[in-house]
Amino acid sequence: MLDPAEHSDSDTGRVETKNTTCYMCACRCGIRVTLRDGEVRHIEGNPEHPLNQGVICAKGASGIMKQYSPARLTKPLLRRPGGERGDSDFEEISWERAFQIMQDRLSELRKNDPKQFALFTGRDQMQALTGLFAKQFGTPNYAAHGGFCSVNMAAGMIYTIGGSFWEFGGPDLDRAKLFVMIGTAEDHHSNPMKIALSKFKRRGGRFISINPIRTGYSAIADEWVPIRPGTDGALFLAIIHELIEQGLYDRDFMVNYTNAAELIDLDETSDEYGLFIRTTKPVEEGCFDPQNKLWWDRLTNSPVDVRHPDADPYLLGEYEIDGKPVKTAFQLIKERVAEYTVAWAEGITGIPAETIRRLAHEMGVIARDQKVELPIQWTDVWGQEHEKVIGSPVAFHAMRGLAAHSNGFQSIRAMSVLMSMLGTIDTPGGFRHKAPFPRPIPPCPKPPKSMDDVQPETPLNGMPLGWPADPNDLFVDDQGEPLRIDKAFSWEYPLSVHGLMHNAITNAWRGDPYRIDTLLLFMANMAWNSSMNTSQVREMLVDKDEEGEYKIPFLIVCDAFQSETVAFADLVLPDTTYLERHDAMSMLDRPISEYDGPVDSVRIPVVEPKGDCKPFQEVLIELGSRLGLPAFVNAQGQRKFRDYPDFIVNYETSPGSGIGFLSGWRGKGGEKFLKGEPNPRQWEMYAKNNCVYHHALPKSYQYMRNWNKGYLEWARAHGMTRYAEPINIQLYSEVLQKFRLAAEGKRPGRQPPARLRQRVATYFDPLPFYHESLESAQIDRHAYPLHALTQRPMAMYHSWDSQNAWLRQIHTYNYLYVSPKLGEAQGFDDGDWVWAESAHGKVRCMARFSESVEPGTVWTWNAIGKASGAWGLSNKANEAKQGFLLNHLIAEELPACEEGEHLSNSDPLTGQAAWYDVRVKVYKAMDNEPAVSFPQFKPQRRVAGQGTRRGKWQAYFAGMFRNKVHCK
Amino acid sequence: MHPAFSVIFLTTLIGAGQGLFMALVTGQVYSLANLLAPQDSQSFYAMGALITATLLAGGLVAAVFHLGKPSYFITRAWRGMSQWRTSWLSRELIALPMFMLLVLAYAAVHYLGWTQIWFTIKGQIPVDASLVIGMLGVLMSVILFVSTAMIYASLKFLQEWHTALTVANFFLFGLASGFMLAAAFSAWMGIELVSFFGGWAVVFTVLAAITRAFSMLRNARIKHKSTLASALGIRHTKITQRSMGFMGGSFNTREFFHGQGPVVLAMARWFFVLNVFVFPVILLAASNLLESASLPVLAFVVQYLGLLAERWYFFAEARHPQNLYYQTVG
Amino acid sequence: MSQLALVIDLNVCVGCHACVTSCKEWNTSGWAGSLADQHPYDADPTGTFFNRVQSFEVGQYPNTETVHFPKSCLHCEEPPCVPVCPTGASYKRPDNGVVLVDYDKCIGCKYCSWACPYGVRELDEMQKVMKKCTLCIDRITDETLPEAERKPACVLACPTSARLYGDVHDPDSEASEAIRERGGYQLMPEWGTKPANHYLPRRKTRMQIFDDELERVDNPLKKEAPLPAAKGETLDDVAY
Ligand SMILES: Nc1nc2c(c(=O)[nH]1)N[C@H]1C(S)=C(S)[C@@H](COP(=O)(O)OP(=O)(O)OC[C@H]3O[C@@H](n4cnc5c(=O)[nH]c(N)nc54)[C@H](O)[C@@H]3O)O[C@H]1N2
Ligand SMILES: Nc1nc2c(c(=O)[nH]1)N[C@H]1C(S)=C(S)[C@@H](COP(=O)(O)OP(=O)(O)OC[C@H]3O[C@@H](n4cnc5c(=O)[nH]c(N)nc54)[C@H](O)[C@@H]3O)O[C@H]1N2
Ligand code: SF4
Ligand code: SF4
Ligand code: SF4
Ligand code: SF4
Ligand code: SF4
Ligand SMILES: [Mo]
Repeated sequence: MLDPAEHSDSDTGRVETKNTTCYMCACRCGIRVTLRDGEVRHIEGNPEHPLNQGVICAKGASGIMKQYSPARLTKPLLRRPGGERGDSDFEEISWERAFQIMQDRLSELRKNDPKQFALFTGRDQMQALTGLFAKQFGTPNYAAHGGFCSVNMAAGMIYTIGGSFWEFGGPDLDRAKLFVMIGTAEDHHSNPMKIALSKFKRRGGRFISINPIRTGYSAIADEWVPIRPGTDGALFLAIIHELIEQGLYDRDFMVNYTNAAELIDLDETSDEYGLFIRTTKPVEEGCFDPQNKLWWDRLTNSPVDVRHPDADPYLLGEYEIDGKPVKTAFQLIKERVAEYTVAWAEGITGIPAETIRRLAHEMGVIARDQKVELPIQWTDVWGQEHEKVIGSPVAFHAMRGLAAHSNGFQSIRAMSVLMSMLGTIDTPGGFRHKAPFPRPIPPCPKPPKSMDDVQPETPLNGMPLGWPADPNDLFVDDQGEPLRIDKAFSWEYPLSVHGLMHNAITNAWRGDPYRIDTLLLFMANMAWNSSMNTSQVREMLVDKDEEGEYKIPFLIVCDAFQSETVAFADLVLPDTTYLERHDAMSMLDRPISEYDGPVDSVRIPVVEPKGDCKPFQEVLIELGSRLGLPAFVNAQGQRKFRDYPDFIVNYETSPGSGIGFLSGWRGKGGEKFLKGEPNPRQWEMYAKNNCVYHHALPKSYQYMRNWNKGYLEWARAHGMTRYAEPINIQLYSEVLQKFRLAAEGKRPGRQPPARLRQRVATYFDPLPFYHESLESAQIDRHAYPLHALTQRPMAMYHSWDSQNAWLRQIHTYNYLYVSPKLGEAQGFDDGDWVWAESAHGKVRCMARFSESVEPGTVWTWNAIGKASGAWGLSNKANEAKQGFLLNHLIAEELPACEEGEHLSNSDPLTGQAAWYDVRVKVYKAMDNEPAVSFPQFKPQRRVAGQGTRRGKWQAYFAGMFRNKVHCK
Repeated sequence: MHPAFSVIFLTTLIGAGQGLFMALVTGQVYSLANLLAPQDSQSFYAMGALITATLLAGGLVAAVFHLGKPSYFITRAWRGMSQWRTSWLSRELIALPMFMLLVLAYAAVHYLGWTQIWFTIKGQIPVDASLVIGMLGVLMSVILFVSTAMIYASLKFLQEWHTALTVANFFLFGLASGFMLAAAFSAWMGIELVSFFGGWAVVFTVLAAITRAFSMLRNARIKHKSTLASALGIRHTKITQRSMGFMGGSFNTREFFHGQGPVVLAMARWFFVLNVFVFPVILLAASNLLESASLPVLAFVVQYLGLLAERWYFFAEARHPQNLYYQTVG
Repeated sequence: MSQLALVIDLNVCVGCHACVTSCKEWNTSGWAGSLADQHPYDADPTGTFFNRVQSFEVGQYPNTETVHFPKSCLHCEEPPCVPVCPTGASYKRPDNGVVLVDYDKCIGCKYCSWACPYGVRELDEMQKVMKKCTLCIDRITDETLPEAERKPACVLACPTSARLYGDVHDPDSEASEAIRERGGYQLMPEWGTKPANHYLPRRKTRMQIFDDELERVDNPLKKEAPLPAAKGETLDDVAY
């Protein structure tokens, strides 16, 4: 055999490398793809990429097996006439025919009733384009995955601090000393998080993980704090209680940068009850948070304008102004948490009171005593110069463990208050924003306000998704009832800023609030893992009305693979893979910005599309042009953009705005950034620069951006924000109080329908509070004593990696992980088949004992179970026979109650799907039951155009599949 | 360990072959020393040696199936002899063909009657080519026994195997089954050596029973040096594997586990104890009384079947420390 | 003589399997490839991998540690797998101590795998030869690669840099330093195989809070409303 030391891999074949961006998950790492004779030889992390700095994850390194997967779709498919939906009975058609079908159908709808076209997209990265398409089409029925994903995290924090975790900001582990991670298994920033976490640990930082389960990140935590699911709000409130009791809060930060010291009107008879006292001082034009409020001055013991240069306000206290009782916001918080003692929280969270107290002390003492001071001068919006940037090195990070509960919004509010009390917002060692955040509270885009905003042949007036600031921003009819198919922005879920994709199919099927005609699903596996109540959703998709018409008449699915949902399509659009297409991770959407400034990135194809695959971007641009949507055609109605790359370069948000999808190398010759005329060579410039545009801000603009004059003015000048106003932290949320006042009938303008008044009044509490989850409150907790959770496995992305021959060897099927105590009590053993049953449904699965789970919790890996025959797998694949999907247990709607029959199983403020509220019981399956998971579905058939599945053996050798015996 | 049938057949077949050959030579020496009646060169020694060769060839065929691909036997197996300095397997691969050559030579010499006496030892034992080749064959057989057994006994962390008892067992099982076969052969041929060979077969069977009993006792009480704590370097008494990192199995889950429950294991044990040690002795005793020609054949067949089970058990009972890493699918 | 090896830091390994698939990816199309998969899209898929990440639970709830444990060939300094190989296919490189298999010589007898206590050799069921971690010999010795990339695929991939690579005989290497300073240890030392790969144990950062950190004059509460005056009699009124 050749001596390996004498031989270079690059001597074999014709070798070239190309940079692009990974899309094996939503993290968007830079990758370097090595091709040998045109086939993928090796995918590695791009060492020059700011995000992953050369590392790659298990999925990223398995991209080859996705590219060559036997699940790939290669032809546009039309359900055969007479064929039944769900049977995968398709014929191959041409793209021309597919476009014609869509054009005919959609132009009819647009002419008559644009809302009958609904576009919902899953875990995609092109909401800027899909959203634009929907708006241009004129339908309000558009949303992406946010509603079933983590909208609570976005809304809870953005409505409080103007930025959020998720893809909008994160913990600064470079400077933190204490890191508290809550309810996170893997998250969107997976590689950067891992890079940062290991550096943090090696530097001796202290890492605490609050999670019912100890795997992944939690495994390497210095301390694991197992908590009962859904009770984090109680924990945070108790910590806040303890911090106040001990005086362990950052007084200066709270006074200067939050509304803690601002006075609130507590005159119960007033329409302004619970709102800030406002002076008549003229308010600047267009300001979202007018600074005409009052403090109570310690020196003069009287009210004083906020930020009066000579004032020194009290943070606590109750006072009277002209006979009106007033209190500071912080006083109200103090009173709110008075009952939330550590002992109280122990009973709810299961965490010993002593531990909670210690956690509070650790946070408070480190924040106070180990301040990070950077010699960076900056000027605040009020004109005051600061010689340094001061940070409290306590960083938090949280994700769906907090978000995916029906009390998540308020828990996340509580966490945001806690973070703010410690003075850790956009400071070194704390939470850091990523451009375009921070944004105004709430951000400016607003949804349409009534059906008048939805007109035939006209773009939607308003954004399909926006940020309500008060009840008048809701999208409801005169009775206060919903107008969107998913009922977003209605009184049921007023702040559903990402929509409620998880209810779209159920509502459309029921015709509630109306029937729709065409549902276009892009990159969303709604017939499987992204639906709650999966079994019934599959029924709804094939259900017909009295006339024999499908209740959802036309279903278009754009997918790259033979997913479960593809089987239900009437029309299938075969997408390219990430290695075959252009993409823009745009500043208009969720760019990959770093803490130090805006960053956006692109994908550039490295291989040719397979078969007739066409990027969905091209589909939208073609369709937009054919339908004559204004953004895609010129004044003469002719197509404006040659293709997607052309669109990306030349599209501007409005003529001459200079703002487009990509922020780098704008201007004629690429000399401008963020704003500037289109640059015809923009793609080339990205290609030359690792597919990334990174604009590092001057140091003085990198911190305290909510109040940083330089930064805010820079952001406004570059078209990132509309205002250069301070974005003060809303510990007390006036926005919420306005909804509450409306619900209490104390506010003119829109008010909720009677059945929802109590609900809105309860949950729109301007101060964070703890309530148990809606499901726990409604069902018998003795009958269903356990919480059931899912976690992201690091080596799989949702449903789409079972087709991957390498990754599926790591997770071939899934177990239900349970405490051995449960097995003992229920008389089953490790590895036994058991039933997990919720009030809604049941699954049969195998149990695995684990000591690293809170005993009242059971869990499994997310989306490993598959429908038989899907994903190019054989009908006997373990994914279908032993794997199971927890979603069958999770209802998309709450049991009927006074508040309504069909309320979503979601957070009552944001409509965030409450995946992790589900309660179950677990018991042994009978010995005579079959050893397969339940439910089973009729095996899905392979579709036309799908390649053949390689048989017993697969040996990949740089594009060759054969028994190739090593290099000689 | 996972008992591979190729290896089970290989070791039991060549073991019996080696034993048979040693029985033949023993018989020859005894008769040369006039302690036994002389036998016909052609029909007895040549035939006996051919049976030996057949058994060895059978073993070789089995061994071919132990190779990754049978074709490697032709293209690569010769390399297997290159590492005789360090590898007992390599030594076995040398000893086996050499032994086969000697056996064939022994058969040829007897068959062709090249038995001219070269000289006599102490005037009593006449030395001819067959005796020299026979003695060399015995020597080679011993080397082969040791090599085969040492393949297993030399693996120090396979503690069940890493003992002189393994060598003793391989040796004694080979002798027992070989002498048993010699007795059967004699009975079949109607030669009077049935009780001579049978007697030795019983002796070796009893000795084998003793050494095997010792090794089973030892193995039942063995304290494994490797534990999860030493395998992971984590000092704790309660460590459980949650996931072995893959779910559909791997070479490591297939090669080192027998994959059977304790019941099968116990059955195998009973089966071989009865069939190797008890029944053949009873059958031989019975044949002695009944002067039956077929009972010794039956005794050999029974013992050989028992030996297959014994060898299966030998693999199954060895617990490889690598298994510490492959305990839970999750 | 140098001895190249990996040092695996259990203190930061999060069990992400990046090292598993990056290894597979590099090696299946390289010098050691291909690494076949059996039943790739059917029941019980199984294939040849050089590196596996396992998970263990240590202790009992709530004092459980979850340990992610990557394992590939440890490139033993006294490799028991080498002398037993009858063909000489298994060998230890004299120049850098990497233990390799020459697939052209291997007869697939599996004996070397029996002789390895660590369970890291895998027979490629399609080619029927023994395979194992090569320490990416074809990367680390490839002089056409930039120095920074002359490292094993798994090391370059690992997001937590839990995999250090270097010469454990060179006391100044990053690997040696880590072993020395962070308590590096070998697996199953009882067999005298002297694995070149080492593991770094978990470490805990703890915090202690003293009373005087909680009771302080600069407590911000002291800036809030003055304490209410005592009502009624005071000592002042009665003491003389
Ligand atoms: N490898 C991989 N990466 C992914 C994904 C993937 O599928 N695979 N998906 C991506 C997507 S779309 C998303 S939204 C993110 C989500 O990223 P994460 O939020 O990290 O994902 P989850 O797996 O939902 O993790 C939720 C965690 O919260 C814990 N948890 C559940 N309930 C509670 C609770 O009440 N309190 C506390 N404290 N913890 C709780 C669970 O045990 C679990 O560890 O990941 C993204 N990254
Ligand atoms: N029980 C439970 N359910 C959950 C969750 C949970 O934690 N527990 N998490 C929820 C969350 S946070 C999310 S975000 C959702 C995710 O839900 P989805 O976004 O629906 O899920 P995915 O499985 O990622 O699949 C999306 C589809 O995209 C397809 N796809 C992959 N690549 C491409 C491509 O390049 N082009 C096109 N057109 N299609 C492609 C896949 O084949 C797949 O059919 O799941 C939700 N469901
Ligand atoms: S984290 Fe996501 S984007 Fe990054 S390499 Fe892994 S799969 Fe690709
Ligand atoms: S770990 Fe096993 S295969 Fe690797 S050198 Fe050591 S004994 Fe040989
Ligand atoms: S399997 Fe190959 S490498 Fe291993 S001992 Fe046999 S010949 Fe040597
Ligand atoms: S060093 Fe190379 S061959 Fe070894 S485990 Fe790492 S990637 Fe695989
Ligand atoms: S890549 Fe690194 S962190 Fe991930 S499992 Fe391997 S060693 Fe651990
Ligand atoms: Mo998500």
